[in-house]
Amino acid sequence: MALLDVEELSVTFARRNQRPVRAVDGVSFSVDAGEVVGLVGESGCGKSVTSLAIMGLLPKQPGLTVGGKAVFDGTDLLKIDDRSRRDIRGRDIAMIFQDPLSSLNPVVPIGIQVTEVLTRHRGMKGEAAAKEAAQLLDRVGIPDPKRRLKEYPHQLSGGMRQRALIAMAVACQPRLLIADEPTTALDVTIQAQILELLKDLVRDSGTALVMITHDLGVVAGMCDTINVLYGGRVVETARRRPLFRQPRHPYTVGLLGSVPRLDAGRGERLNPIPGSVRDLLPWPDGCAFAPRCTRRIDSCVGEPPALVVTHDSRGYRCVNPAPLPGAPGEEVREVVPGSATPGSVPAQAVPDDPPAVPGLAATPSEEDVA
Amino acid sequence: MTIISGKKREKIDRLAELAARDEERGVSLWQDAFRRLRRNPAAVVGAVILTVFLLVAIVGPFFVPYGPTDTMGIREGVVKVGQGLIPGHSAEHWLGYDHQGRDVFSRMIVGARQTLLVGVVATMIGLAIGALIGGVAGAAAGLGGRWGRWVDATLMRFIDMLLAMPSLLLAVSIAALLGPSLITVMIAVGMVSVPVFARLLRGSMIAQSNSDYVLAATSLGVRKSKIALAHVLPNSLAPVIVQATLTLATAIIEAAALSYLGLGNPDSATPEWGVMLADAQPWLGIRPALAIYPAVAIIITALGFTLLGEAMREALDPKLRK
Amino acid sequence: MIRFIVRRLLQLIPTLFGLSILLFIWLRRLPGGPETAILGERGTPEMRAAIRQNLGLDEPILIQYGRFIRRMVRLDLGTSISTKREVTTEFLQRFPGTVELTITAMVIAIGIGIPLGYLAARRRGRFLDHASVGGSLIGICIPVFFLAYILKAIFSENLGWFPSSGRQDPTLGATRITNFFVLDGLMTREWDAAADAIWHLVLPGMALASIPLAIIVRITRASVLEVLNEDFVRTAEAKGLTENVVRRRHVLRNAMLPVATSIGLLTGGLLSGAVLTETVFAFSGIGAFLADSISQRDYPVLMGFIMIIAVVYVLVNLIVDLSYSLIDPRVRVR
Repeated sequence: MALLDVEELSVTFARRNQRPVRAVDGVSFSVDAGEVVGLVGESGCGKSVTSLAIMGLLPKQPGLTVGGKAVFDGTDLLKIDDRSRRDIRGRDIAMIFQDPLSSLNPVVPIGIQVTEVLTRHRGMKGEAAAKEAAQLLDRVGIPDPKRRLKEYPHQLSGGMRQRALIAMAVACQPRLLIADEPTTALDVTIQAQILELLKDLVRDSGTALVMITHDLGVVAGMCDTINVLYGGRVVETARRRPLFRQPRHPYTVGLLGSVPRLDAGRGERLNPIPGSVRDLLPWPDGCAFAPRCTRRIDSCVGEPPALVVTHDSRGYRCVNPAPLPGAPGEEVREVVPGSATPGSVPAQAVPDDPPAVPGLAATPSEEDVA
Repeated sequence: MTIISGKKREKIDRLAELAARDEERGVSLWQDAFRRLRRNPAAVVGAVILTVFLLVAIVGPFFVPYGPTDTMGIREGVVKVGQGLIPGHSAEHWLGYDHQGRDVFSRMIVGARQTLLVGVVATMIGLAIGALIGGVAGAAAGLGGRWGRWVDATLMRFIDMLLAMPSLLLAVSIAALLGPSLITVMIAVGMVSVPVFARLLRGSMIAQSNSDYVLAATSLGVRKSKIALAHVLPNSLAPVIVQATLTLATAIIEAAALSYLGLGNPDSATPEWGVMLADAQPWLGIRPALAIYPAVAIIITALGFTLLGEAMREALDPKLRK
Repeated sequence: MIRFIVRRLLQLIPTLFGLSILLFIWLRRLPGGPETAILGERGTPEMRAAIRQNLGLDEPILIQYGRFIRRMVRLDLGTSISTKREVTTEFLQRFPGTVELTITAMVIAIGIGIPLGYLAARRRGRFLDHASVGGSLIGICIPVFFLAYILKAIFSENLGWFPSSGRQDPTLGATRITNFFVLDGLMTREWDAAADAIWHLVLPGMALASIPLAIIVRITRASVLEVLNEDFVRTAEAKGLTENVVRRRHVLRNAMLPVATSIGLLTGGLLSGAVLTETVFAFSGIGAFLADSISQRDYPVLMGFIMIIAVVYVLVNLIVDLSYSLIDPRVRVR
């Protein structure tokens, strides 16, 4: 059984005198113990709201409705009361946020912010807690942890802050860690270090990780399974390798195509997806991506496309998916117009063996078994 | 003519565009703020209160039933202060007589004009002097280099001195200097608000001076004096205007306090709410209403200005804009 | 830290110097002089001249100023013209009353304002929120002296719960040490005297607290609302901390920063309010004495009192700045 099973999760914000907004519209995915799962999509696709809804951290406001299920280890997180949820948070499920500076309390020393988790969930106090906190900081690679415990967030560098936040998150050896864009606010060199750290922690402790990101490079380097979100729904789900090799949903294809590549020729242009997330078709009226889709056909509009599950447990929500490679090249060119057209399926999205995004450290590691 | 490389030209164009866009936003900021103001019930209540009082102040004095100085109550023998006889409301005298036998309703109406006048003039004085000091200091600190910083420091020391004096004491001293009169109250109350306006405008201008569009304008070679007057100053005015609205409320209250201390208009022939409130104190035991009418009028007027000012602050706050 | 304090105190010197010049010029320009106050309208020119000479007011203003500065350096503020007592003595006798009143008002304002503002923010949009926001609006708009009168009329004259005037019942014959009556009572263990002094402080304290209370409620509420939206509060929630810890350590500590700043500014403003409140409750602080001194043209008292008040004001703000650096580690005093 999966560790976390999210079924038909939906989040609606209703404002007075305004049309309700469905930020998340029936997201389903599951996370097995020890697995690294990616939630990928542009900003506004509902990935952060999904994670906050699972944690019960959405700001309480009138008009907020959360539907569906999020079953963690047999309990539906959306149904339990506030107290049990507080018991689970930080102990069984921990979370890391995007901006490490604003996510740390500026007027409380790092040490207390780490030990308060230990006090809350492991009943540790005083010396013992301080010692454990120092060990935690050491484990996440913060040098001179004893001194850092007394310091305040503004005295740490960006990378250090994110490390400190990770230390707080793993303090109770949670079974599930949710990382919401953990590297977006950091320098590129630091990003790689933080990702390595997360990878190591996950491997060593067997913690499952949900990685929320818009950065396909991050996904390519870490995740076992990837869920691509669009308009508050999962539009494609697959293991890492097949996804990068043979993306089926046109949105995934577009995402892969809009990543800059090192091996692209100088004159070659990027292939951004035309339009923006705001050009959204409400799901009941058809495929939300249809307005921006280059493979749009008549049956895209009218009713939402069903989830197509293929033999290798991949799934996509599309009536006219990108063809699998191996099909005659002529056919591909027929569906896809000239390569200069933005949003067209780029050749590199259907590559031969080196992974689709070689510009990003996407080399599959040893444990990558497709 | 200097030759500008293509890249540099592109950068300048971008900055210029940025500056232009900021200017555009400057206009739409006020439109946007006004739109949100109209939707805010507090602002509407405040505006309605103020409109009513303003109307009363402007046209009211022409329609009062009796002369505000007519001591008819004593003449007719209805009011006998010595025997504690000050009749209350009746069909002819809606709010009764005061201790000198004058019609309270008429005095309230005529007093509205004086009270609003004191508040407005006092605020104008404070705003003018404060904005002058703050504007010069802000422009000097933000754009003037080392010489400018010196000017700024000197002006701010002066403001510190004003601040170090308890405001009412300042007002009392001014009143002592000029003798008790309506003008004194206006100047005294106005002077008290000078430091607030000066600091606010200075802070706002310095913040604006550090923004990108000033950098853009500087890089385009616009003269500093022009930047200060045409860009920085107009964009810094929003908090000052909000503060002016709020100061109108405190000015009316403080004017009442000065009147209470006996520094207000000694000539009770031209009624003013603060003076009426002060004059009513000895008769509280006999007829508390004499104090309550002007007090409530002062509170409601101040409330109107405060509601409107707070709503304006909210409407203009960029953090709250969506 | 020490350097910061020293520098701030050194900055005080030019401010005081400038203030003294301004005051000096200003006071001498007031129409009439102490001789008019002493003699009234009936004095002969000779008598007036004699008094002026006696007080040293006939000399050129620069020499007078020089003499004042020389005395100031020795911390000698001169002698009051009207009471013939040393200005320092007068001050030490009257200022404690004003301080007691100000502290009472601040205790009331902070003690009620911060919890009320916090609750209003947590119950945003509900009755308590609307009530406290509305109440604070009225609190700002009510003239202090009028509120003082209402309180006096209701709680003292009608209900008789509190005394209507003075600082202490003189029949108690309380011992005076510091002229802080409450403190004196505690030091001499005259509990009834201390209690009576506190009793006398309640009504004027409440009247004086109205404006700071209203402002503190509003600032606390706004500040808490802002902090509740901060990312670190979400982090704290994500850690599964109890509501109590989240509230105290993460929300309140951060929300207090702007409140602390406003408390410093408000304390300065309270001195003005104190003058009015003292007048209504015949509370013998510096308020009424200062007002009298102006009409009496008592130059030494005016100069001395205003200078000391300026120093106190600067010191209060220094203390606020220092305490600010204690609660916010990002602010380092240099």
